[in-house]
Amino acid sequence: MSFKEVEFNMGPQHPSTHGVLHLRIAVDNEVVSRVEPFIGYLHRGMEKLYENRTYAQTTPLTDRLDYLASVTNNLAWVLAVEKLMGIEIPKRGQYIRVILSELQRIASHLAWIGFFANDIGAMSVLLYGFAKREDILEIFEEYCGARLTIHALRIGGVPHDLDEKIIGMIRSTLDTIPKRIGEIESLLTDNRIWRHRTEGVGVISGADAIDYGLTGPALRASGVPWDMRKDIPYSSYDDFEFDIPLGKNGDVFDRYVVRLAEIAQSMAIIRQALDRLPDGEIRTKVPRVLKIEPGEVFHTIESPRGELGFYVKSNGTDRPERVKVKVPSFINMHCLEKMCKGNLFADVVGILGSLDIVLGEIDK
Amino acid sequence: MIDRSRHPELADLLERITSRFGSAVRGVTFEKDELTVMVATDDLLAMISWLKSENGFNALNDIIALDNLNDPAAGGLRFSVLYQLYRFPRPLRVRVRIDLPEGAAVPSIYSLYRSADWAEREMYDMFGITVQGHPDLRRIYLPDDFDGYPLRKDFPLAGREQ
Repeated sequence: MSFKEVEFNMGPQHPSTHGVLHLRIAVDNEVVSRVEPFIGYLHRGMEKLYENRTYAQTTPLTDRLDYLASVTNNLAWVLAVEKLMGIEIPKRGQYIRVILSELQRIASHLAWIGFFANDIGAMSVLLYGFAKREDILEIFEEYCGARLTIHALRIGGVPHDLDEKIIGMIRSTLDTIPKRIGEIESLLTDNRIWRHRTEGVGVISGADAIDYGLTGPALRASGVPWDMRKDIPYSSYDDFEFDIPLGKNGDVFDRYVVRLAEIAQSMAIIRQALDRLPDGEIRTKVPRVLKIEPGEVFHTIESPRGELGFYVKSNGTDRPERVKVKVPSFINMHCLEKMCKGNLFADVVGILGSLDIVLGEIDK
Repeated sequence: MIDRSRHPELADLLERITSRFGSAVRGVTFEKDELTVMVATDDLLAMISWLKSENGFNALNDIIALDNLNDPAAGGLRFSVLYQLYRFPRPLRVRVRIDLPEGAAVPSIYSLYRSADWAEREMYDMFGITVQGHPDLRRIYLPDDFDGYPLRKDFPLAGREQ
């Protein structure tokens, strides 16, 4: 008996779309044959805004792209502008940036594991992940007073030094994370339902993933060791020893395993940075009215979601001529159809969750 | 132009580009350690497919469009399109640039990189640059009936009549 292809709409208001996303899904006998994402519901014209703000005014605006990882957005922006200016900030400032970025990566992955498990139906994990993420947000609050869009970095350095109290908070939080990861793993990794829902689902090969432009943990789950922190090290990442966790099968389960393993690596980086925190200045002198000679740069970093980059073109005034953001979620989202084709309709939510998209970043 | 002791691979690449494409290369810049190669629109596909097949540039980072409206040096060529290519493993970046007048179309590189799909749609959406050979060229962020192209320099930031 044969069925005709049926089309479904998922979103724009749907709890598992992580924002305002509309998917038009065509299914044939429960098997997905087409997935077409419609985006732009959150489009705020960020790139136009950047052209009309000074360089310093743009930094807090970048927080609003990927609102689960504002520090790495700041980092990508300030590094691009600093490269354009041709300055390098003091070592201590670079190390503080690394510490904050890696804390942000852990917070982002903890939020992701909660949302993702919730999508698949394991609801308690959300609270386990979020409780620990809360500790990291408290560190941010102690550091600069804000929790979510924290504007933690400045062009030319960082605004505050790490004092003994914050270092103590970071160390004690790091000490408690492995136990929490163990709890999450004991809830999920050997859970039969979890493995049925994730193993062999949404598979993409490494070669396909590169062709489609996939980056970040989702790409590394397909066995490709592409990590900008190692490939083109920035902000002193080459001072630290860490591994790049890789998957084998490129399925949803491997993406879960890779992200959990990345949390451990981030903790290792933070510990090394705290142990070897150099003395000295935390910022260089940057003119109050920042005018940059005409030029252009493209600089990318490894954000929790993948390769995040800024193209910045200056024209000699205090505002950029053009800013283009290369956002990882936008391109990762483009792979969704490739991953979903041939899978069950019920798995679309799991595959979408495993990509860890943030609509604020996709829609710019 | 490129300091070979600091950037041996980029210097080699530039040599290969000039010997392979000769006068088709309209210009080369090397600033802030980034190499940009300018070609005519007609040579774009040949250049990028050669970079991909012979030089291992297997990933397209991004496609960046520029509006040169306020740039007197652009010589009436209203738009520029930059193709930011990346090689993995053995990381290396190169940027290919084309300049085109208003109303001209750029060839699609979708056949070479699948990641060009949405990037070209975004360029069309924001700048109104037509992409020849794209399988499904539609707006991506804005509604289909939206009038105007917001990232053009003559599109006002506020006060536009609806």
